[in-house]
Amino acid sequence: MKIAIASGKGGTGKSTVAANLAWTLAHSRDVVLVDCDVEEPNLHLFFPSEATDVPVTAPVPEIDYARCNFCGECGKFCRFGALAVVKDTVLTFPYLCHSCGGCALVCPRGAIREVPRAIGRVSCSRPLPRLVLITGILNEGEVLAPKVIKAAKMLAEGHPLIMYDASPGIACPVIETLEGSDYCLLVTESTPFGLHDLRLAAGVAEELGIPAGVVINRSDGQDENTVEFCREHNLPILMTIPFSREIATVTSRGGLIVRDLPGWEERFAELSGEILGVSP
Amino acid sequence: MIVCITARAPGTDAPVEQRFARAPYFVFVDTETGKSESIENPLIDAAGGVGPRAVQLLSDRGATVAITGHVGGNAARALAAGGFKVFAYQGSGSVADALAAYTAGNLQPIPLV
Repeated sequence: MKIAIASGKGGTGKSTVAANLAWTLAHSRDVVLVDCDVEEPNLHLFFPSEATDVPVTAPVPEIDYARCNFCGECGKFCRFGALAVVKDTVLTFPYLCHSCGGCALVCPRGAIREVPRAIGRVSCSRPLPRLVLITGILNEGEVLAPKVIKAAKMLAEGHPLIMYDASPGIACPVIETLEGSDYCLLVTESTPFGLHDLRLAAGVAEELGIPAGVVINRSDGQDENTVEFCREHNLPILMTIPFSREIATVTSRGGLIVRDLPGWEERFAELSGEILGVSP
Repeated sequence: MIVCITARAPGTDAPVEQRFARAPYFVFVDTETGKSESIENPLIDAAGGVGPRAVQLLSDRGATVAITGHVGGNAARALAAGGFKVFAYQGSGSVADALAAYTAGNLQPIPLV
């Protein structure tokens, strides 16, 4: 089973919920936790452990000047400006390239071949006997987040229970993360901002045909609007975590409430039971 | 020689646009015949990488000199590779004013590297 954790809004507690859920599940079964927030991955802060890195590359064009006649077809084709044919030079801007391969296809002289360029890495560790953490890391200044997410997910492939921690937002990186998931856990908070973005994220899950449930985090006890929204959209509320200084203190130093505060392991075990119950 | 001036509208009376690759129009002036042609910039709403593509557009139309306000890093690299001479016009005048200032030798070159 593949469980994605998303939210739309940043800072609602996706990683907190993912880390506590993974820790709980890893008591009874093998779990792979994939940090798909590749621009700012931080699950490793909950699970410090020695890691092994695998590079992630993207193909970029290389020009064979023995064949090129500067016809300009590649530059006209590239909508990202990664190639420009000016006078008798083909300029390449690898960091603008989206690795679609189109330039090599349209070149009438077979003068373009693709060469790998490092854009990030995937870091693997085993912080608990039954927990593997796979972290996607996009190099600074790079744009191809989905490629690194895909690589991180591929490394987890084949395991019976995989969790994907998504980035905030609802654009390409989140869609790449959610794709292929069997369940989507949406983490929100009791603010108008949390609800606004929950609406967007729930829409994405619905569009992708992924069943979803909601965790309300930092609840101030006044969640009527969120509850109403969830009822209207048939989204079960699986857990409500109160706004509490004690929880904030544990989490802010990289601790896990399931390990450091009494009663939470049981509650996360119940949550995992609800989610695994919808297993296809 | 063909000079390209970035502009906010078509024609030589249009005000000069300070941005290079995001300029709404490129006005090409043939300094030998005095004829001008205005091209609507197809890249104005493109997501990114517009600098090199704008330079390619200028290159395809035979321009060798560009007059604009500022150029970005990618555009500068492409302009340098294309052997362009690029001049800064930071006044609020028209394309014709910028061309006159260039012809009089009153414009500073923009360094491309």
